Amino acid sequence: MRAIRPPSLLRRDGERETTTRPVYLGRRGGPLRQIGWHLVLTVMSVCFAIPLLWMLSSALKENREIFTVPVRWLPEAFRWENFVSVLSYPGYPFLRFFSNSVFYAGMVTVGTVLSCALVGYGFARLRFPGRDILFGLTLATMMVPYVVTFIPTFLLFKQLGVLGTYIPLIAPAFFAEAFFIFMMRQFFRGVPKELDDAARVDGAGEFRIFWQIMLPLVKPALVVMAVFTFVWTWHDFFRPLIYLQDPDKYPLSLGLFAFRGRRLTEWHLMMAAATLMTAPLVILFAVAQKYFIQGMKMFGLKG
Amino acid sequence: MSRLRHRRSRTPGRRQALAGFLFVAPWLIALVVFHGYPIVAATYLSLTDYTVLTPPEWVGADNYLKMWNDSAVWRAARNSLFYALLSVPIGLVLSLVLALLLNRPVRGIGIHRTLFYMPAVVPPVAGTIVFLLLLEPRSGLLNTVIEVVGLDGPAWFLDPKWSKWGLIILSLWGVGAATLIFLAGLQEIPLSLLEAASIDGAGAWGRFRHVTLPLLTPVILFNLVIGVIYSFQVFDAAMVVGGTTGEPGGSTLMYMVLIYRSAFSYFDMGYASAQALVLFVAILAVTAAIFGTTRHWVFEGM
Repeated sequence: MRAIRPPSLLRRDGERETTTRPVYLGRRGGPLRQIGWHLVLTVMSVCFAIPLLWMLSSALKENREIFTVPVRWLPEAFRWENFVSVLSYPGYPFLRFFSNSVFYAGMVTVGTVLSCALVGYGFARLRFPGRDILFGLTLATMMVPYVVTFIPTFLLFKQLGVLGTYIPLIAPAFFAEAFFIFMMRQFFRGVPKELDDAARVDGAGEFRIFWQIMLPLVKPALVVMAVFTFVWTWHDFFRPLIYLQDPDKYPLSLGLFAFRGRRLTEWHLMMAAATLMTAPLVILFAVAQKYFIQGMKMFGLKG
Repeated sequence: MSRLRHRRSRTPGRRQALAGFLFVAPWLIALVVFHGYPIVAATYLSLTDYTVLTPPEWVGADNYLKMWNDSAVWRAARNSLFYALLSVPIGLVLSLVLALLLNRPVRGIGIHRTLFYMPAVVPPVAGTIVFLLLLEPRSGLLNTVIEVVGLDGPAWFLDPKWSKWGLIILSLWGVGAATLIFLAGLQEIPLSLLEAASIDGAGAWGRFRHVTLPLLTPVILFNLVIGVIYSFQVFDAAMVVGGTTGEPGGSTLMYMVLIYRSAFSYFDMGYASAQALVLFVAILAVTAAIFGTTRHWVFEGM
């Protein structure tokens, strides 16, 4: 589904002629107009930031404070202990959900990065009969949304008797995924052919060439793939919802959903849980922002 | 025999072909197991009555006929269509405006870009729950702001007439990704063209209308298609807001939620498969229709 790219964005990093634009048209207009634009931009930015700030502020409030009229922007007293209450809530193993999410997102990321790099390299650099037809088929699968395949896939895993485990959630990641195969293929094709030819003449095996020479050269692409896979899997709600039943196995998305279902009354704790679920991704985003922006420009998709 | 194999493996072409197959082997398995087979199986299942307990029973086109007469299907289709028809165009315009704002030489552009994109990393379930609070009728922030202007805000997620608008507003919070794509597109527009237009006497609007916009049409097409595909399949937010019954009053029962409900609340796998295939065909048809119009509006000169 995360398929089609804008034609103008196909180029890889570093190919753009100029990154900073020397002249800005429309700059004329004087300082007043500059301030005006700045103001508009700032108002928009604040609008986008408010839901996140609201989440944090509500997480630090008392429950009744959340619903006071008029709105209270900041909590009367910062109740950091709300976070502790979430962690020790009876019948709500938050730390368990958290470690489940780490496991789920971590395993899917490892599987996706390994398999897509391997397969992408195969399509990019090795010649074998039927390669181009197979690659065409790969692109075609991007046209088929998950909605078509999820019922038979569910029934398949049911036949295998692995419902309620993480196998249906993690195993497919180790068999690669069309969009990232496509991305890796593009990257590997950009590596000069002399490098692996020289290694081949020296008698290096294909896997060694891939692992020791090619893989380090496409590291930025691997990081982009890893951060996006991690974030998407951390977000994932649909698959855990259909495959998992035992609350002890829930990832955060399901845990939070269950909280909403059962305890509609304790909003401050729900907000604290939401904050704890979001925080790792915000930190990841802050650390790897460069890769997020690069990735977005490369293949453009929604969260 | 062993000598033969030895000679074979030394032929560079053969050796490489074998290596190639081994490299793509995981994907070949996935292609069959997770793509080929499910597509065929979904089509078959859609023609059967299958409630998991007993083997699938062939019923021909019954599931499709049942859909035609099922008011829940029509309701879900209407809800999804309403959602898509509003969230996609509004999202497109908003993300384009934001990208144009970001494409100016203002200081601190990095911070704004970060803030616009940040919602895209917020988990959908967490983000939706925050919006349940923000759109709370009495004490929610949005209605507080609306009151300041002197109007009475609607009850959003508590009112069947407004709940879909709540989901649309939520979707607009996530336009950061589309904004970045537009921004990348804007930065590819050759400065020389804009300068030439300026010399020819075009003002800011003229440059936008006759240079920027035409050159941006491929990116608009991209964001439009992706937006349609995504909005037709909206699930997480609708499920968190309204559950499988689409509260309030079925108003947030989106088509994807309907499929989920048929499959996992009623275990009616045959019926759910038929519903899924109809959605697939609808997405294909709309996408094809959009591509069919491109020669009238997408610029391909570059």
